Amino acid sequence: MKEFIYFAFKNTKFKIGLTILLFFLILAIIGPYISYYKDPLEYVSMSNLPPSRENWLGTTTFGQDVFTQFVYGLRSTFFIGLFGGGLATIIGLLIGFIAGYKGGLLDDLLMMLTNILIVIPTLALLIIIAAYLPYRGIGIQSVIIGLTAWPWTARAVRAQTLSLRSREFVNLAKITALRPLKIVLEEIAPNMMSYVVMVFILQFAGAILAAVGLDFIGLGPTRGISLGLMMQYSVLWNAIQLGMWWWFVPPGLAITMIVSSLYFLNIGLDEIFNPRLREE
Amino acid sequence: MLRYLIKKLYIYILTFFFAVTIDWLIPRFMPGDPILVLVSRFSGLPESAKVMYGYLIKAFGLDLPLWKQYLNFWIALFKGDLGISIYMYPKPVLDVIAQAIPYTLVVLLPSILLSWIVGNYIGAVAARHRSLDSRMLPIFYIITSIPYMWLGILLAWALGVVLGIFPIAGAYSFSMRPNWSWQFVVDFLRHWILPFLSLFIVQIGGWAIGMRNLIIYELEANYSRYLEALGASEGLIRRYAFKNAILPQITGLALQLGTIVAGSIATEVVFSYPGMGYMLLQGILNQDYFLVQGVFLFIIIGVLLANFLVDILYMIVDPRIRLGLGGENV
Repeated sequence: MKEFIYFAFKNTKFKIGLTILLFFLILAIIGPYISYYKDPLEYVSMSNLPPSRENWLGTTTFGQDVFTQFVYGLRSTFFIGLFGGGLATIIGLLIGFIAGYKGGLLDDLLMMLTNILIVIPTLALLIIIAAYLPYRGIGIQSVIIGLTAWPWTARAVRAQTLSLRSREFVNLAKITALRPLKIVLEEIAPNMMSYVVMVFILQFAGAILAAVGLDFIGLGPTRGISLGLMMQYSVLWNAIQLGMWWWFVPPGLAITMIVSSLYFLNIGLDEIFNPRLREE
Repeated sequence: MLRYLIKKLYIYILTFFFAVTIDWLIPRFMPGDPILVLVSRFSGLPESAKVMYGYLIKAFGLDLPLWKQYLNFWIALFKGDLGISIYMYPKPVLDVIAQAIPYTLVVLLPSILLSWIVGNYIGAVAARHRSLDSRMLPIFYIITSIPYMWLGILLAWALGVVLGIFPIAGAYSFSMRPNWSWQFVVDFLRHWILPFLSLFIVQIGGWAIGMRNLIIYELEANYSRYLEALGASEGLIRRYAFKNAILPQITGLALQLGTIVAGSIATEVVFSYPGMGYMLLQGILNQDYFLVQGVFLFIIIGVLLANFLVDILYMIVDPRIRLGLGGENV
């Protein structure tokens, strides 16, 4: 563990990724306290104001404060990444472990389901589910993203489990009559820990992008605000034509930076866990 | 070879069946009553709301037993009956979609193919030089992290509004009607370039990363080392590596389709480009459920067809499958 931390703080990609991610995370946490306005949807100023001392990122067509919307939107983004990505990771892990370890008919069935869901575009599925929900919150949104994003994780985890299953130490555990659940949890899972962490990071990024896509086509949270909704509103109310860059640049920039920082973290971690990839 | 195709077809048919079932299932078993939501717009007129409610129940066939509803859904599907659009009343959903499909395809197909070619090329070049690689890789990752619609918005703002070079809405000018005149084609291309560019650029990142990783992996493989030991030229080794690396990239094309389609939906919304994505947005905003269902089905059919094409391409390219020796996909 100590060794990993040592290499982690020697790895530039990891450090850059972590710094950007922490910056936005802290902004999401303290942002609502440092902004002058408490309600992101409240009409607080004149409309269409460029950034100024009162409105740090300007105002929308309705006179809402963009900075306040932005920091609350960041909160939703992290929430969805954490819960949507987390749920997808857990489901993917469970199905991958079960299919890979049990094998046989159960494996065939689960993999058939996985392959079917891989082909169906996740967003199409999300759309059809979200379109029929009259009231959507970010909680529901993360659940439906989690329920649709797991297949590739399941496939990758299954492949890993298959290769680990036939290793010596697993056979030894079987001979000593350890229960299958214990074998999976105590013998196989620890060997995949680094992989699991990386899968979670990728799912986190995927969930954020999926949520933005949903929000943008009008299937976002029906109450509250998110970065995707900010972009949807800005387009719907002609911010592009009016040149109101302060309305649509910050949310997209934040998403791009958060997602790429997650990717950097991921390659960084890959190099940390895998000595052969380490930078000299 | 045939076995490979049949196995794939089998999965696709199952997927289609599954997708249609979802399409049927969700409106019926979601919490809340979509028909009540539909009718709620007549809330001022309780009489007509009642009539409307009765009509819609009949139209959806909700008064029938469930198995019969399911059967009818399939029958209607094979007759090409997807219902009547509410947003574009009284146009049938099928017509609305048929009108939108060409617009989606003209943007989607060139952007997918070109970005695949360009991305793979750049990735292969980056893998060749270590110094170039360390500078390019972060850029690839940033490009691939950009949400599609945001790049679209930025391009529309920078090139369309600030510089005023390209129009930013619609597929052609309002003053024109589609025809084959030179003038119209130029106008069409001017409207087409921004949606195309935004889809094209975002996709490049992913392909370049994939290719770069695969080439580096192949160059470390034993056969490369062996060739090196034999004194083969670097160019020859790279050619072998490239040939091996391109196969997973073809599979990747099939796997990425869903994400790309999703991206094109968002991009069309940004540019009010009258393709499937824009129709879908209108369907959602106007609670036109038949339209939403229809678009969903067509996206699935499109993705399945494209997957099948990719499989055939894969079969042609990969000698192991062509000769029935069993490849990684069998």
